[in-house]
Amino acid sequence: MDHLNELENQSIYILREAYKNFKNLAMLWSIGKDSTVLLWLARKAFFGHCPIPLVHIDTSYKIPKMIEYRDRYAQEWGLNLVVGQNKKALAEGMNHEKGRIVCCEALKTQGLSQVMEQEGYTGLILGIRRDEEGTRAKERYFSPRDKNFEWNFKDQPPELWDQFKTTFAEGTHIRIHPLLHWTELNVWEYIEKEKIPIIDLYFANEEGRRYRSLGCAPCTGSIESKASNVREIIEELKDTTSSERSGRAQDQEDTYAMQKLRARGYM
Amino acid sequence: MKLVIVGHVDHGKSTLVGRLMADTDSLPTGKLDFVKDICDQQGKTFEFAFLLDALEEEQEQGITIDTSQIFFKTKKRPYVIIDAPGHKEFLKNMVTGAANAEAALLLIDAYEGVQEQSRRHGYLLRLLGMKQVAVVVNKMDLVKHDPEVFYKIKSEYTNFLESMGVTAREYIPVSAKLGENIAHRSENMTWYQGPTVLEMLDQFEDKLPEVNLPFRLPLQDVYKFDERRILAGRVESGTAKIGDEVIFAPSNKKGIIKSIEAWSVENKPQTIEASQSVGITLTEQIFVERGNIATLASDPPIVTTTFDANVFWMGKKHLQRGESYLIKLTTQNVECEVLRFNKAIDASTLETLPDQDFIAKNDVAELTLRTRQPIALDLFTSIPETGRFVLVDDYDVCGGGIITGFTPLSEIDRYRDEARYRDSHWIQSAVTPEMRAYRYGHRAAMILITGKSGAGKASLAGKLEEKLFHQNFQSYLLDGRNIKVGLGADMDQEQYFSDGEAVRRFGEVAKLFIDAGHVVISTSNAFNQEDHSNISLLIEPAPIVEVQVTSDKFPKGKPDMILTLDEAAEHESAVQKILDYLKDKKILTGHNYSI
Ligand SMILES: Nc1nc2c(ncn2[C@@H]2O[C@H](COP(=O)(O)OP(=O)(O)O)[C@@H](O)[C@H]2O)c(=O)[nH]1
Ligand SMILES: [Mg+2]
Repeated sequence: MDHLNELENQSIYILREAYKNFKNLAMLWSIGKDSTVLLWLARKAFFGHCPIPLVHIDTSYKIPKMIEYRDRYAQEWGLNLVVGQNKKALAEGMNHEKGRIVCCEALKTQGLSQVMEQEGYTGLILGIRRDEEGTRAKERYFSPRDKNFEWNFKDQPPELWDQFKTTFAEGTHIRIHPLLHWTELNVWEYIEKEKIPIIDLYFANEEGRRYRSLGCAPCTGSIESKASNVREIIEELKDTTSSERSGRAQDQEDTYAMQKLRARGYM
Repeated sequence: MKLVIVGHVDHGKSTLVGRLMADTDSLPTGKLDFVKDICDQQGKTFEFAFLLDALEEEQEQGITIDTSQIFFKTKKRPYVIIDAPGHKEFLKNMVTGAANAEAALLLIDAYEGVQEQSRRHGYLLRLLGMKQVAVVVNKMDLVKHDPEVFYKIKSEYTNFLESMGVTAREYIPVSAKLGENIAHRSENMTWYQGPTVLEMLDQFEDKLPEVNLPFRLPLQDVYKFDERRILAGRVESGTAKIGDEVIFAPSNKKGIIKSIEAWSVENKPQTIEASQSVGITLTEQIFVERGNIATLASDPPIVTTTFDANVFWMGKKHLQRGESYLIKLTTQNVECEVLRFNKAIDASTLETLPDQDFIAKNDVAELTLRTRQPIALDLFTSIPETGRFVLVDDYDVCGGGIITGFTPLSEIDRYRDEARYRDSHWIQSAVTPEMRAYRYGHRAAMILITGKSGAGKASLAGKLEEKLFHQNFQSYLLDGRNIKVGLGADMDQEQYFSDGEAVRRFGEVAKLFIDAGHVVISTSNAFNQEDHSNISLLIEPAPIVEVQVTSDKFPKGKPDMILTLDEAAEHESAVQKILDYLKDKKILTGHNYSI
């Protein structure tokens, strides 16, 4: 069996375990390639349906094309889309100039925890991968968070033979990561194989620049590239050794920025 | 290929992983300099291990907290490498890493030699069913690249592995720090001609899906999103096709595969095989749910409530009898308890922990489990995927195990049904068991003295009966042969010992003595381990105490007490030991002479 099939089968298995074991489940859809692949896998797992609501956290600073893309496919694919926004923080003028980490925490982490509370979700499916950066490498497929969304990376449940942690004390939240074992290259190869419509911000524009990772407009840099379709991106990735999130400003702010963000609930 | 690197703390696992990444050019641009800069900022010497110890805390303590996964490539294939921590407290992370790997490198520090975790990890690798293991003797630079040191460790560890029936593929002397025999051959160890670590990795074989084993499709869920009623799950082994009749275990329901469903594929699949996440529909609507395993009539799984397993324990609380646990085996979740500990083992020394009716965190045991309801399973050696399970205590996965044997359900049911029927029709005496216990100074119990013939069981049993008698206890030596010559006179030898009849008659006679409040002693070695548990079903709830006379290092089964041949020959002290044990277990409670 080829490698992409293997990855797909494993992710589908995890999605089905998640759906069976948790009642109030949501899936985060950032519009980026990973969460879009995740959405595609969910439609495979549930035979053309996506019975899990999709949550999009709108920081209001997203690149406008992302919102267009989101609304188009939400309709076309019949998705149950829930948009969350930290209106209070925005009203108080939150933006990246107050500090990138502060801004991420207010608009993304807080924005997310507000929707979670409002909708009563106890589980969240995310498209993070182990190869993204160091702390994500230590994640589990099923990763518990306490009442304050904190991640205790020192005392994680064992995960063996695809038996996941599915029983919890009251008040625990769970994060589920069906793409954990994929690499950036796998994601693109899968997009190519499945012909998944992906937002065109990933493809090089006339100035020869493209996004490798999507986030908020002020904090996401584009890279120089000639790759204007999926195949060319795959070829480009095979030759590059620079890291995927190198365009993300918040990661570079402090050596342990990601660890700090994630311990407090960042995705 | 998925690899795991295990070994004692500080023996160099993280360093080796960092080195493998650096030497295969798998590090992201700038990562090496980035980490070197941090080291400068913090006034630390650069270590290859820092490349993967990404958590702040971890770098401060200099230990790997969790299984981190790292990707690298050789010319042959890509690898995912799991750096497992060596600290005792982090055993569950090591297990997580090793359970998910296809091959393992076990590191031993040349300077420190074989340590506790080197052995514990070796044992766990075997328990997890790991077949491809290479031993890497690291830090050869610290012992001046001396071949003597290497060969000494090699022979010590080979002996250890052999005692569990495991052979390492290779022993490789390296220095992870200096990069010797990792990607490049060392000039300081020309005496070593075997493969480098990278060459070794490329020799390991990929794990292929188990398509040639019997068909097993455990159901995850049943979906009715549209007009289809789809049974969803992952094929764990074997293959099946449209038109096949499937039997669901343990419910025994049957159906015929009508279609194989899939979304967004060019052609609808006609067959399904191991490792695929699939969905099927049946020609008729039958009620089956999560936990049932679809199988083919030609190769049914085992359905039982009682089975033997090798278990490792990671829970904070002990694994013990009398507690209830949740067992998760494929998609089946069933309550279970430990029926008995056949052997508790200290995983770091492989020594048996005698008389132990529990295991603590980080230890392992051979035990017998009993589930509340029947479950479907296979022996681990036949189908690994359906022959292993985890145990959940409270909310956490605390243990894991592989299945090594089982008691057929029919037999358990037969004895249990017999006991149930008999107990519900039993004419109760006005003299209650409590009254008898009060008068006699002991509870009714059965003491089985087992061991090879010639071990001196009979004379020991006789002495025990006598001693109990002289102390005014109601003791009776029930010899299996006496039952056969009298009660069994209607059958010939072969008939008597087939189909569990000998066990049944013996158990029922014992039951009468137990009802009369006696301490029944027996020495019969016509009975094996399984018979003992059947006898125990018949005389429940009275306790059975097994005293095994043996000088073997690994006694058979689950004795409550072991006497060596020499100890058993000293009747006086041997009998005293048994009496002490019975007092300790509150079987002998002492007389109350005020009556
Ligand atoms: N001299 C020498 N030191 C080594 C070698 N490999 C690792 N070390 C050192 O041993 C210590 C522990 O290594 P580490 O990789 O963190 O061990 P782990 O706990 O098994 O992950 C570190 O200080 C390393 O620099 C080696 O080949 N030679
Ligand atoms: Mg380490």
